[in-house]
Amino acid sequence: MTSDVRIRVGHLYPDYLNIYADRGNIAVFERRALLRGHELAVESIGLGDELRPGAYDLLYIGGGQDREQALVAADLRTKSDAVHAAAADGAAVLAVCGGYQLLGRGYHDLRGFDLPGIGLFPHETVAGEQRMIGDVLLECELEPGERHTLAGFENHAGRTRLDSGAEPLGRVVAGFGNDGESGYEGCRVGRAIGTYLHGPLLPRNPWLADWLLSQALAHASGGDAVALETLPDALEARAHEVSARRARERGGRY
Amino acid sequence: MSARLAIESTAARLAARLSRLAGTGGGTTIPGKLLWKLDPGAIDALAARLPRGAVVVSATNGKTTTTAMVAEILGPGTKLAWNRSGANLLSGVASALLATRDAQLGLLEVDEAALPEAAQRVRPRAVLLGNLFRDQLDRYGELEHVAEGWRQTVRGLPHSTTLVVNGDDPQVGSLAAARDGAIAYGLDDPRHARSVLQHAADSRYCIVCGHPYEFAAAYVGHLGDYRCPACGHARPQLQVVAREIELHGLESASFELVTPAGSVQIRLRLPGLYNVYNAVGAAALAQALGTGLEQIKDGLERFDPAFGRFERIASGDKSILILLIKNPAGANEVIRTLEDGGAPEVVLLALNDAIADGKDVSWIWDVDLEPLLATTELVIAAGDRAAELGLRCTYGGLDESRLELEPDLERALDRGLELTPPGGELVVLPTYTAMLALQRIVTERGLTRPYWEVKA
Repeated sequence: MTSDVRIRVGHLYPDYLNIYADRGNIAVFERRALLRGHELAVESIGLGDELRPGAYDLLYIGGGQDREQALVAADLRTKSDAVHAAAADGAAVLAVCGGYQLLGRGYHDLRGFDLPGIGLFPHETVAGEQRMIGDVLLECELEPGERHTLAGFENHAGRTRLDSGAEPLGRVVAGFGNDGESGYEGCRVGRAIGTYLHGPLLPRNPWLADWLLSQALAHASGGDAVALETLPDALEARAHEVSARRARERGGRY
Repeated sequence: MSARLAIESTAARLAARLSRLAGTGGGTTIPGKLLWKLDPGAIDALAARLPRGAVVVSATNGKTTTTAMVAEILGPGTKLAWNRSGANLLSGVASALLATRDAQLGLLEVDEAALPEAAQRVRPRAVLLGNLFRDQLDRYGELEHVAEGWRQTVRGLPHSTTLVVNGDDPQVGSLAAARDGAIAYGLDDPRHARSVLQHAADSRYCIVCGHPYEFAAAYVGHLGDYRCPACGHARPQLQVVAREIELHGLESASFELVTPAGSVQIRLRLPGLYNVYNAVGAAALAQALGTGLEQIKDGLERFDPAFGRFERIASGDKSILILLIKNPAGANEVIRTLEDGGAPEVVLLALNDAIADGKDVSWIWDVDLEPLLATTELVIAAGDRAAELGLRCTYGGLDESRLELEPDLERALDRGLELTPPGGELVVLPTYTAMLALQRIVTERGLTRPYWEVKA
């Protein structure tokens, strides 16, 4: 197993897309990498900054309110080729909420407003009348035979429709998910994950943090992804349990 | 009063008495809820018969304290219809209007999202708008949605209504621009500015053109002296200002209050820059109602904190300090004030996720807890989402040996007191429903009185 790898994270628009806990997800990457002897080097990529080819093992883009999202959308389009190239090269990607929408083909609202995305994920988002707000529980199988649950919170007006044949992140056990109808949530393309589950998604779902870290490590060291050594995660398991229970009790209701 | 309103009011008051007799609560919103169900238009009629009209106060942070300060300034000489318990939805407004039969003036704290309807029904003679921060997005939707509601509210106010706004908040201060005679208040003392804009600052980008603001001083979150270098949108001229601010740890704060009617020195009996904002806002509103400067000074200096939002309770030879936390901007100021007062040895954090707390607990990650985690010897994480708090602390750098997890609030309080040295103070930072539960616990132990027994 590789040790002492420097994992390079590119955090897109942290000044604009930071609604609820995006820095918490980064803190989880940092600590869990450190506990395995790896250093995480996080670089902010803001408006007008270049997304250098080959410079990142993991790209992170968080969520913002509509106003902030509109401010970054045009800039993100200038980085479209660079994001596509990084993903094709095997860098891991985590896109949350607004970032998840922007990495699809686009967002359309009811007043004819269009916000084109960059099409890394095969989906389109259309604004709905009512926001889908509440606790969510998913069942995921990113590696064949390895099932995990993902517990979180969603708050979105957009209904995201995956293209047929696209791979969702997980099946909705409780909550709304992508569009409140399909029974699926999020999207996965190779090592890129997109999801509406915002907030501290990774602290109470450490398996997903570790999966993304292992993909990023593979990119950094040029080998195949290898599962990381496990950590005790007792507190993480308790937080997951409460969150999952909340989703079962009160998720997926207007 | 119309016969119908009279009957409805009597029925609603009776419900309040029954609620109190049953011991289920202060009866603070039950009559209002009933009246609201029977006849929403009753609020309009009840407000219209107030001889001196009504004033409305709204903000993300500080509305309960600001409203209570205004009440103290106006003093016993003015009989108020005031929702003092903080029940600030329309049902709470209805209850307050019902509760005081011969009230002269309505003093109404109103929830940010309820403001448009409340203002339309109450037709206030003055409106104070304090600040807008991200808060309970699971309930309010986006901040911009609330801001749009406020803009519409201001557009719909009668010409005779006086608008008082916090000029230091870009979204709120800009509401003064479109309205003659609007009063803007704020702070002017760059010594207390933050060196960097906090993570919880929301209005970082120009509301006109989207370019990042330049802050000559940022005091609390995005509140401060801002200017857009691209289009020039800037803080409005302030009419009521706090200068020469001195913060005295957890004890008090003093400042010079500068107004068009002159200046006066104020010493508040509660701490923190955020309370200076509350005091300046209360002073500006009181002045708009025609209150003299000496009366404003006396009221502010007499003022005891709003129940539970900042409260010190004796427990044997120890004390319990309760400071409400409910969103990142407010919690950051509480933590800054704690730091100024010297780091507490034991801190009890209590996180619930009921509707009134916000079902989405992710906001705790936007709070700058790290300074507290670095200096406090022990953190007890409590409440329904204790484990989530625990993760916030450990991923924030707190060693697990300095963390105890105890979801049960009563046991957590006992454990905290046990660990607090004799003569020491247990600092408790609860969210709203955790605060209410803790108050019930200390009340049952005879340590404090319930809020509905505290006389104005």
